[in-house]
Amino acid sequence: MQQGQTSAETKQPLRSHALSSAKRTGAQLIWEALVREGIDTVFGYPGGAIMPAYDALPAYPIRHVLVRHEQGAAHMADGYARASGKVGVAVATSGPGATNLVTGIATAMMDSSPIVCITGQVSSASIGSDAFQETDITGVTLPITKHNYLVTCAEDIAPTLRDAFAIARSGRPGPVLVDVTKDAQQATVEPVWNLPARHVRNNPGDRPLRMTDLDQAIELINSAERPVILAGQGILKSESSRLLLEFAEKTGIPVACTLLGLGGFPATHPLSLGMMGMHGEAWVNSSIQEADLLIALGMRFDDRVTGKLATFAMKAKKIHVEIDPSEINKNVKVDVALISDLRSALERMLPRVKPRDRQAWHQRIDALKGDSAVRDILALPDNGRLFAAQVVNDLWRITEGKAVVVSDVGQHQMWEAQYYKHDHPRGLITSGGLGTMGFALPAAIGARFARPATEIWVIVGDGGFQMTACELSTCAQEGIKINIAIINNGYLGMVRQWQEFFYSGRYVATPLKNPDFVKLAEAHGLVGFRVRSRSEVEQVVARARQTPGTVLIDFRVEQEDSVYPMVPANADLHDMIRRPRPLIESADEL
Amino acid sequence: MSSKSLARTFIVDVEDRPGTLNRVVSLFRRRNYNIDSLSVGRTERPGVSRITLRVRADDGVAQRIEANLYKLVNVLKVQDLTNAPSVVRELAFIKVSVSHERRGEVLRLCDLFRARVVDLHSSALTVEITGTEDKVHRLIEVLRPFGILESLRTGAVAMVRGSLSEESSDEVAA
Repeated sequence: MQQGQTSAETKQPLRSHALSSAKRTGAQLIWEALVREGIDTVFGYPGGAIMPAYDALPAYPIRHVLVRHEQGAAHMADGYARASGKVGVAVATSGPGATNLVTGIATAMMDSSPIVCITGQVSSASIGSDAFQETDITGVTLPITKHNYLVTCAEDIAPTLRDAFAIARSGRPGPVLVDVTKDAQQATVEPVWNLPARHVRNNPGDRPLRMTDLDQAIELINSAERPVILAGQGILKSESSRLLLEFAEKTGIPVACTLLGLGGFPATHPLSLGMMGMHGEAWVNSSIQEADLLIALGMRFDDRVTGKLATFAMKAKKIHVEIDPSEINKNVKVDVALISDLRSALERMLPRVKPRDRQAWHQRIDALKGDSAVRDILALPDNGRLFAAQVVNDLWRITEGKAVVVSDVGQHQMWEAQYYKHDHPRGLITSGGLGTMGFALPAAIGARFARPATEIWVIVGDGGFQMTACELSTCAQEGIKINIAIINNGYLGMVRQWQEFFYSGRYVATPLKNPDFVKLAEAHGLVGFRVRSRSEVEQVVARARQTPGTVLIDFRVEQEDSVYPMVPANADLHDMIRRPRPLIESADEL
Repeated sequence: MSSKSLARTFIVDVEDRPGTLNRVVSLFRRRNYNIDSLSVGRTERPGVSRITLRVRADDGVAQRIEANLYKLVNVLKVQDLTNAPSVVRELAFIKVSVSHERRGEVLRLCDLFRARVVDLHSSALTVEITGTEDKVHRLIEVLRPFGILESLRTGAVAMVRGSLSEESSDEVAA
């Protein structure tokens, strides 16, 4: 909450003509409230019920990015938020405009991403009459927002938006929707900016830590023989990756990351284990299963992380540091819960944890790596074929691990997580909890506006790309540069993999007949390349990076490769399907 | 920590705004917690309503119910009264089929339960009872043999005993 006040106060004064008359329309108040929150970019799509707001927009110092589908607007706001740590804003009209936001809002909710969605609504007199383009969007989004509001009079617009931003960014962040009726936008009122905040109060996570809990946690940490830190997205949200690094280095405790936690701890650090869970590396999951203490930092023991709960880390005591009390003991029973903002908890723990010789444990983890390196697809000599893992690995090398990578959902997402070694926070943006295909391209556009100087790569499957491919037009119209790597295997690859493993290889509804993606890029006035072999990757990626404007590369990869290792759904975490040896059945024949 | 599923009573102070009850109920639906009873009404404080909720839950679920309720922006305060000294009452109407001859018998039973007759008809009477869930249940069972035409219960309302809140609790039940 304090954050909100600070950003409002430190903002540049408004342009004088926007402030010249004392009275404002509700429409003007919307934009003025956004400017006061420090917002300079919004993602949206106009329509009848939001037209008064759009009409007032040009007078305000806000860049409006015209999307091609409102789902894209919500993902862009989300991508903007994840890339910057600030609140992203999406704007849409009533009815279908609002319902099109829903997938993006649910995505932001599951991954605790702070966005504010502003929707137009039919006039207050028409509400409930099934008017043209009327949808009860506050009802629809009730379970997928942190909170939402229906605003029916202009006086309420400014205070409601201020509360909405405070709620979105405070505590465990999340999406807030503000539905504003057309008559509220049109009415004229005297603005009041200094009313006390109504809906902002202390979060449970802001309460001081109980000393007994803290003492117990420190005691467990200092006496553990085989501890593992499980680092989640909370590290990024609380901006405490620096503290985590100090904590791990001081104690010598190895760090495993969740998918959304990647980048919270440098992947190339000697204490980094890598990603845990369903497609985590074998030694990571085995280390967790052998650990005597798990220190879970800002993560929520998702089923994709734990495998079967009954056999998850049975030998380990568990410490859970988490800002949201409703996550405690939800999936995994813990021995000590520290309900706290992660940063302040780490600040309190750091001086009290002790260095300890952990050589035996480190050696054991090294031993657990076993033949993993030999089973790695990167160990396959260039046989003319192109594997997705090689593409990702090359991208990591060429970009020196410094790009922001926005991945979609599916096989390529897991290969990205395994082979792009994220050393920096907010270097990976991906839909974890909801697993929303079509997220990557629009989220990357959002990230572009949040981080104008950073190299951005979209890594996306051929299936997911087509879900929101219309946003290529947005890239072209806005004249922005992002690089799009389509990992094109002609299948809905992850579903195909499950069909291969668990449904006797019946590929039902997974083969894709795709358009020519290079021509699709060209049809948008963008540059497209195609890569079929490993030897071409480096040169084409180099050309893409030098080409101004958005560039698309169609990587034609091995069609039926699978992501390894894999913990089947609800299997024991150590019960992994490993990449077969030889690495591919047909490799020897070539 | 016990994992026994108990009937629990929560009192939830909420802002009296449109949609607040929907948010509370939606939370229980979404998390698959089944509500046994729910009642809602105004309190002494303007703009504040109190919801009394009865739900079956073990200790862990009860903690998460409380934590999840606190995540709702319109929720001001949550108290789990299950282990706190508290007054819990509900009101019920029971319409009993009763002939002229057996009316006296029914009235005597109602008297024992301190239930009041609120409507009387030649072949039926309606009684009102206020009491604990258990007391209401027992009266219904006692009246059942006469033939219950209709009965309905408001669901529990609850308040912590004592002069302040949960803490002061030594006062004897009224």
